[in-house]
Amino acid sequence: MSGPNFSNPVVRWIDHRLPVFTFMHHEMHEYPTPKNLNYWWNFGSLAGIVLVIMLLTGIILAMHYTPHVDYAFQSVERIMRDVNYGWLIRYIHANGASFFFIVVYIHIFRGLYYGSYKAPRELLWMLGVVILLLMMATAFMGYVLPWGQMSFWGATVITNLFSALPGVGEWIVTLLWGGFSVDNPTLNRFFSLHYLLPFVIVGVVVLHIVALHRFGSNNPLGIDVRGKQDSIPFHPYYTVKDMFGLGVFLTIFAAVVFFMPNAMGHPDNYIPANPLVTPAHIVPEWYFLPFYAILRAVPDKLLGVLAMFAAIAVLFILPWLDRSPVRSATFRPLFKIFFWIFAANCVLLTYLGGKPAEGIYVILSRLATVYYFFHFLILLPGLSIFETPKPLPRSISQPVLGSGTAGASKENS
Amino acid sequence: MMGARGLLTVAAAALVSLGLTAAPAKAAGNAVELPSQNWSFAGIFGTFDRGELQRGFQVYKEVCAGCHSLDYIAFRNLADLGFNELEIKAIAAEYEVQDGPNDDGEMFDRPGLPADRFPAPFANDNAARASNGGALPPDLSLMVDARPNGANYLYALMTGYGDAPSGVTVAEGMSYNAYFPGHQIAMPAPIADDGVEYADGTKATVDQQARDITAFLTWAAEPNLEERKRMGVMAVLFLLVMTGLLYASKRKIWADVH
Amino acid sequence: MAETHEGATRRDFIHVASATMGAVGAACVAWPLIDQMNPAADTLALATTEFDVSGVEEGMAVTIVWRGKPVFVRHRTAKEIEEAGAVDINDLPDPETDGARAAKPEMLVLVGVCTHLGCVPLGQKATDPRGEWGGWFCPCHGSHYDTSGRIRKGPAPTNLPVPPYEYISDTVIRIG
Repeated sequence: MSGPNFSNPVVRWIDHRLPVFTFMHHEMHEYPTPKNLNYWWNFGSLAGIVLVIMLLTGIILAMHYTPHVDYAFQSVERIMRDVNYGWLIRYIHANGASFFFIVVYIHIFRGLYYGSYKAPRELLWMLGVVILLLMMATAFMGYVLPWGQMSFWGATVITNLFSALPGVGEWIVTLLWGGFSVDNPTLNRFFSLHYLLPFVIVGVVVLHIVALHRFGSNNPLGIDVRGKQDSIPFHPYYTVKDMFGLGVFLTIFAAVVFFMPNAMGHPDNYIPANPLVTPAHIVPEWYFLPFYAILRAVPDKLLGVLAMFAAIAVLFILPWLDRSPVRSATFRPLFKIFFWIFAANCVLLTYLGGKPAEGIYVILSRLATVYYFFHFLILLPGLSIFETPKPLPRSISQPVLGSGTAGASKENS
Repeated sequence: MMGARGLLTVAAAALVSLGLTAAPAKAAGNAVELPSQNWSFAGIFGTFDRGELQRGFQVYKEVCAGCHSLDYIAFRNLADLGFNELEIKAIAAEYEVQDGPNDDGEMFDRPGLPADRFPAPFANDNAARASNGGALPPDLSLMVDARPNGANYLYALMTGYGDAPSGVTVAEGMSYNAYFPGHQIAMPAPIADDGVEYADGTKATVDQQARDITAFLTWAAEPNLEERKRMGVMAVLFLLVMTGLLYASKRKIWADVH
Repeated sequence: MAETHEGATRRDFIHVASATMGAVGAACVAWPLIDQMNPAADTLALATTEFDVSGVEEGMAVTIVWRGKPVFVRHRTAKEIEEAGAVDINDLPDPETDGARAAKPEMLVLVGVCTHLGCVPLGQKATDPRGEWGGWFCPCHGSHYDTSGRIRKGPAPTNLPVPPYEYISDTVIRIG
């Protein structure tokens, strides 16, 4: 075990006793990363940075927010009007939630396309699904905090999902509420948990990264790194690439925060919560819409709830549904086509989730829901058997299939 | 080739996701198409017209304030409209604000101070309902943010009163409005030609008053709009330059990777 | 790594420029994150308090609130004023004349927060201990203040501060 040789004596002194610098050197500088990662691989580190932005702005908002039904809306308005730069911090936090989901959904679809969930990265993938679930819970509870009309009715509808469970349903809902409706105790506990869960996410993210560094990143070819010629150190190559990607992200993010900060929110949430009047069209935040569409597609209350949870649960067993040994869709002609159909189906579900549950929308929702599960439960296992993959390249640095897959090599012409 | 083209795909994907997010908000809007007006505060360089805001404030004060509260606005905020400290003190002093309890334990009324918020016309929601035929006049501080396409909606609502088309019966105590969801609104047409006499001599047509009150309430909902857009232009320009430099750095560092 | 090839200066310049932009950007972002902790606009707007001193009888003291802190208003007796004025200010830890501390000699207005560690000194009520100089006594760590609110003994480093105030009529003061 030969550590790096640090020239700074202070660094050396500390590192001898607490080897944080060796650790960083090992995980950043020496950490071999496939040299052919494309820009879709930027979204992992980007998600990490957005998580930090959310934590920072969230902790600040908590300094000014009051979790009480009589003051919550008012305290948010005080943040928007009187607290120095409060409007900026709240707009960053509110839009940051949406952007967090955009980044994470792209990250997930990248994993789906390039087969990043396959052996030996199954646990890495499952930890990612856990992060997604935690994010959903956190985002849902955070949306309740401003105590607007959508906050209140979103909380009412989502907590009522649990009433579908036979026998214990009503008991669980009362337990979640701390009363007989969504009220002050509910708001208080949601605030507490909304503050707690992001730190749990940080913990799972650490595990996610530990699991990642065990075998290193997957890559667009989906084949293993065979040696030194296939990889480059993470730093400075991917740090600078991630920084560039961050710059692009921040530019788009800033444009939304400063020029259209309420575009992703719902106007009804600027009306204080009123337990006696439900808004005419209640819609969850856009990132829940596909799951909301699945919930509404099933005519039975319990089955609808189960279908919605199953839509995420199925991701946990994905590594065992898709048994094809080839990871990347680049070498799976049929899988590639169905991947895009699946992606389009998800977009369709998102669209349908925002539409009223009537007429053609209901029929489409049912078809799209059936297809969603068909893709995972029938199609992927079937494809693993019947599909003939294209020949794989011998290594990342010697692709047999000619140009087009060699990643960064063409970039510097 | 993964470079520029890959990046474009990523950017496109991001834009698609953004587009998706806007869809449900639109879907939940009114059935009636709202005509778009030209607003000075629209667009990334938008700013408020101070004259418009002050006239709008006059309309609020003389017309709307009879029934509608403005809970989140304090007199001191009127500085944004271009009033100076003395004018603000004078405006505040026109209002009676409840304070207390005093040394005898009684609540008492005193003239308003700049730090006070606009007093509500009714003591509570029930009193407001009782005076308005059962309908609750909503608080106006956030009205523009609380309706889809708020500014255009508000203007359309103010100018949308008229006689009901034949075949539509309007219930007792209600008025017909072309842009109100369901077309029957409990608020009678609030503004009329020359209903106010503008301090700056502008002719007070219904259209003019509707524009002014909309501008004023847009400010009330988002008093930081100008600062936000000004900061936004600087932030986006800064980030574009920084991202360009980072791209150059990235190219340099990656130059020898084959 | 790239540094050994041609164009090292230009390359370095670009890296330095990007890093500088990043640092400047981070600093710009840091300011709002810090400034939000400063008093908000509504807090600042409440920073003045008006008080009618005519109700404070000679020998009496009243505590009012200004910016969330207690302000002592004490209508001093002739004897107390005389005592406060008779001190040789060179003997004081924080030399100040009594005349400089009261706009009207009989009406003393002080921020009632001990300058040691922020407790509220005793002495507003006639039954309170008022310390060896008849002014105020801080029970936390034993600071003695005289009838002008000046520190005479104990750990407090400075006199009880006089808040900014003015008489807006004969009897009404505005603090702040």
